[in-house]
Amino acid sequence: MTAASLDFAGENLLRELAPQVLGAVIRRFRDFSSAEDAVQEALLAAAVQWPEEGVPDNPRGWLIQVAARRMTDQLRSELARRRRETVVMQYPPDQQVASGADPTSLAHFGSSFGGAGSGDETEQDDTLILLFMCCHPALTRPSAIALTLRAVGGLTTGEIANAFLVPEATMAQRISRAKQRIKTSGVPFRMPTAHERAECLDAVLHVLYLIFNEGYSSSIGPDLQRSDLANEAIRLTRAVHNLLPGVGEVAGLLALMLLTDARRLARTGPDGDLIPLTEQDRTLWDRNAIAEGVALITETLSKGSIGAYQLQAAVAAVHDEAARVEDTDWPQIVALYGLLKRMSDNPMVTLNHAIAVAMVNGGPAGLELLKALDADERVAGHYRLDAVRAHLLEMAGDHEAAIAHYQAAAGRTASIPERNYLTTQAARLTQLLDKK
Amino acid sequence: MKFMLMMHAPRGTGDWSVFKWPPEDLKAHINFMKRFGRELKDAGELVAAEGLAAPDQARVVRATKGGGPEVTDGPFPEAKEFLAGYWIVDVESPEQAYEIAARASAAPGPGGAPLNLRIEVREVMSAPAVDL
Repeated sequence: MTAASLDFAGENLLRELAPQVLGAVIRRFRDFSSAEDAVQEALLAAAVQWPEEGVPDNPRGWLIQVAARRMTDQLRSELARRRRETVVMQYPPDQQVASGADPTSLAHFGSSFGGAGSGDETEQDDTLILLFMCCHPALTRPSAIALTLRAVGGLTTGEIANAFLVPEATMAQRISRAKQRIKTSGVPFRMPTAHERAECLDAVLHVLYLIFNEGYSSSIGPDLQRSDLANEAIRLTRAVHNLLPGVGEVAGLLALMLLTDARRLARTGPDGDLIPLTEQDRTLWDRNAIAEGVALITETLSKGSIGAYQLQAAVAAVHDEAARVEDTDWPQIVALYGLLKRMSDNPMVTLNHAIAVAMVNGGPAGLELLKALDADERVAGHYRLDAVRAHLLEMAGDHEAAIAHYQAAAGRTASIPERNYLTTQAARLTQLLDKK
Repeated sequence: MKFMLMMHAPRGTGDWSVFKWPPEDLKAHINFMKRFGRELKDAGELVAAEGLAAPDQARVVRATKGGGPEVTDGPFPEAKEFLAGYWIVDVESPEQAYEIAARASAAPGPGGAPLNLRIEVREVMSAPAVDL
């Protein structure tokens, strides 16, 4: 006999509720770290009980109650001050302030949110506040990623450890250190001020982007797992987009993810070998994801806002809209990378710009642009510079130099599929030369 | 980024003859290694770690023409060093891996003096970059 498990809809419901439940519990107990543990336990309890007993009528209330009970059990043995809060717990949330049972803490929270617990708005705010907390600049990126996936994404430590190929104990420590760090840095559970907001949102988007990258680059073939990080990043970014529909860069990041992820099936062969964009079977691209991504980025750009994620999404849209590789609107891509270059001083942008320029004006024009990067220490010894230079040299007909750069790139990459691809390119050109 | 830290120890009758160390020094060394492993785990950096059996038990295997194993003593009796064990750590930069390697290298030997063992640091291959 196997234990019943939640179906897909059930899991989705659980994970959608996770940050809302956590927000509610933090609000009451004001202890992010233990609240987070308690909510994890409540989620696990739901995953075991719901398949057998059915999803309760009020799943959110059920989870809050179970998590709160854990908290209460834990706190009962602690300070007397805490004990008073467990009494308050028995009131419905909106009566807590009115009852005056604990005016100092709850009224304080109420005021910072413009009224305590007015339904949907608070729940949605909580998801955002949690994201801002988990992606706080005081945390290292790996810690922020792990904490976001657990506290906001509702993944278990085991699932996160699995996705990053580290032991569960190691990931557990990483998460607990991140929580400790939040505690010692005194990051408050509240919406960032208008002044902090832009920086905080940048950090959130960057963490979501990294989660997506991790998932997208390591996924091979059609296997979709619950802890699939690319899907998780899209789900979380979609949630942020729903909460902040007017912020162009959020829409841009969501569009970028959708338009990139649409090619997932086509980018690896049956054995996990890498297939470059130009050689992909475009009939395998996900039309729905492309349609959604294109609509999103078109609408966003029409509002006149512009940002790095939006421009990258626009580039992805140009690729995705070309039915055949030769239909690609390269001049448009050159223009977009030109804009991007003006906005950010990122050598990877220059690399992509050089490729696009080479597609329009030929290999030598692209190689000319690469020269500027030789003096840039961020990229000078990087395999991508060698790989792109090899590609452009091949386009320009200098096969001998191209082989040398393909080989140099193969020696420098830390990715096996990429190394295989680059080595194969070098071998292919060597064979061509030998035949001459 | 994951890195493998391979600890090389001098071989034979040289410095590395742990069985001849005073027992308290050996104990200090073992305790150091245990504590070091725990610290890596607590820092959320440890992926894996193993110590390897003594080199005189090592064998080198090569396939014969028929595909079966041909076993010889090894590795290379003339080698001055052998692989004693390894750690795999997950860190943010090569510099962090070097720092961890230096800590391992300074494991205490006879008289509590640091051994300054040679640690080879190699990046573990990972997923390809995103083709944006």
